[in-house]
Amino acid sequence: MSAVLSTHGLVARYGDFQALYGVDTELGAGECVALIGANGAGKSTFLRAVMGLLPVAREMVRLDGEPVGGTAPDRMVQKGVAIVPEGRRLFTGMSVEDNLRVAIDQAARAAGKAGARAGGKGGWTLKRVHDLFPILAEKARTPVQSLSGGQQQMVAIGRALLCQPRVLLCDEISLGLAPKVIREIYAALPEIRAAGTAVILVEQDVGLAQSASDRLYCMLEGRVTLAGKSAEISRAQIGEAYFGVGHAVA
Amino acid sequence: MQWLDALIQGVLLGGMYAQYALGMALMFGVMRIVNISHGDLVILLSLIGISLASAFGLGPLPVLVALVPLAVLIGFVLQKTVLNRVVGNDPLPSLIATFGLSIALQNLMLQIWSANSRSLPGYGLESRSIEIGGIYIGLLPVIVLAVATGLTWGLDLMLKRTRFGRALRAAAADVEAAAMTGIDPRAVYALATAAAVGILGFAAVFQALRSTVAPADGPAQLIYAFEAVIIGGMGSVWGAFIGSMVLGISQAIGFRIDPGFGVLAGHIVFLFVLATRPQGLFGRA
Repeated sequence: MSAVLSTHGLVARYGDFQALYGVDTELGAGECVALIGANGAGKSTFLRAVMGLLPVAREMVRLDGEPVGGTAPDRMVQKGVAIVPEGRRLFTGMSVEDNLRVAIDQAARAAGKAGARAGGKGGWTLKRVHDLFPILAEKARTPVQSLSGGQQQMVAIGRALLCQPRVLLCDEISLGLAPKVIREIYAALPEIRAAGTAVILVEQDVGLAQSASDRLYCMLEGRVTLAGKSAEISRAQIGEAYFGVGHAVA
Repeated sequence: MQWLDALIQGVLLGGMYAQYALGMALMFGVMRIVNISHGDLVILLSLIGISLASAFGLGPLPVLVALVPLAVLIGFVLQKTVLNRVVGNDPLPSLIATFGLSIALQNLMLQIWSANSRSLPGYGLESRSIEIGGIYIGLLPVIVLAVATGLTWGLDLMLKRTRFGRALRAAAADVEAAAMTGIDPRAVYALATAAAVGILGFAAVFQALRSTVAPADGPAQLIYAFEAVIIGGMGSVWGAFIGSMVLGISQAIGFRIDPGFGVLAGHIVFLFVLATRPQGLFGRA
């Protein structure tokens, strides 16, 4: 399996505080990998570092084997990596449709600039996003701040898909949502993967992460403590890796 | 009648302020860049326009045609070389950088053009007026108001309908999320400042036509632009337009009460709005 995205000894820090201590991960083409761990384990930091929002060394992140660590986020998007950020981060004051259009605009600009090189195999259109989440068509003119949390999450996912990613990073997309809404959002995952997009899911809900992913990594205090096929890992193994039982804590 | 006249003159004066305020609304309201050199840029462009007019014997329209592209270029270079280094969540670095730029520009202009007041020859345009029911309305102020309205309308449309406008609004709402959606904020900011200073090209021509300009006049224009944007509400283009009207009307009515009270009346209305509705008339709370 050739990795579309991989990290090699990924180290990241916020000022004096080191948040990641040499994280090695691999994401195969079309694969869905879950990243689990307690609060503060470094999951979101990992995504921010991959996305170029934190300074990291060039060799620490590779996309199709090419070193891309520390590339500016807008360039990462052009290279085919999109993120559904923690807390959704929608463009307040703009309508649902305008939020989505921003991504369409930029994908078109990148495609115009780079010809066929631009990442999008997905071929996501406004219509396909509307088919995926019909409520977004209904609320097209509504300002995003007056949507419910679940609907906002759908806009954030739609916006990321319209960047035409080969790799989609999802940061806690179930956080704060009702179980019914979470099911609705996770139901979109197979279709996203069918478009050939590889997915990294950062998830608090271990059961959800395990059932939705092919493989999973468990993180603890900035290190990967467990990696394996989601279907083969037992709850006991996860518990140990998650809470660090039996691990020497420095 | 006297008060109706004051109201009309106020609206016309507001048209001039709107031309200063639009660029400010874009930079301060949308990008959170506090550009202290805003007024000095108007004066610099005015003086360049006056020199062009006298060197080549140009009328106001050719000067305008030459000045606006130059202003766009100045704005683009300003953002690329200075402002992109200091833009961020903290407004202080851009404030300090443009404060320094303001002082440098004033002294540069003093060196080149001396402290004398100058104006742009309007070939009679500045003194023509139309009479409607006993009230005389200057033709030039009407043109200024019409151009200001057109610029506001165009800018508003650009922000709402174009790819660039959406990218700019997205970057204004959340610059990091905008970058995560593929927007290069620095490229968007460079174009926005180019547009903002381009609008000042219009302001510069009309300012030099309707009154005189001297190198030290910039800070006063800056204050009016600031006040108009804050009265109207940050980030709203039509808000800046209405804020300019409120400021113009306040000054015109204040002037009728007592000629020395005009400018002060504008400041008092500004302070009143700031105290009672700090988000501005059209701003979101």
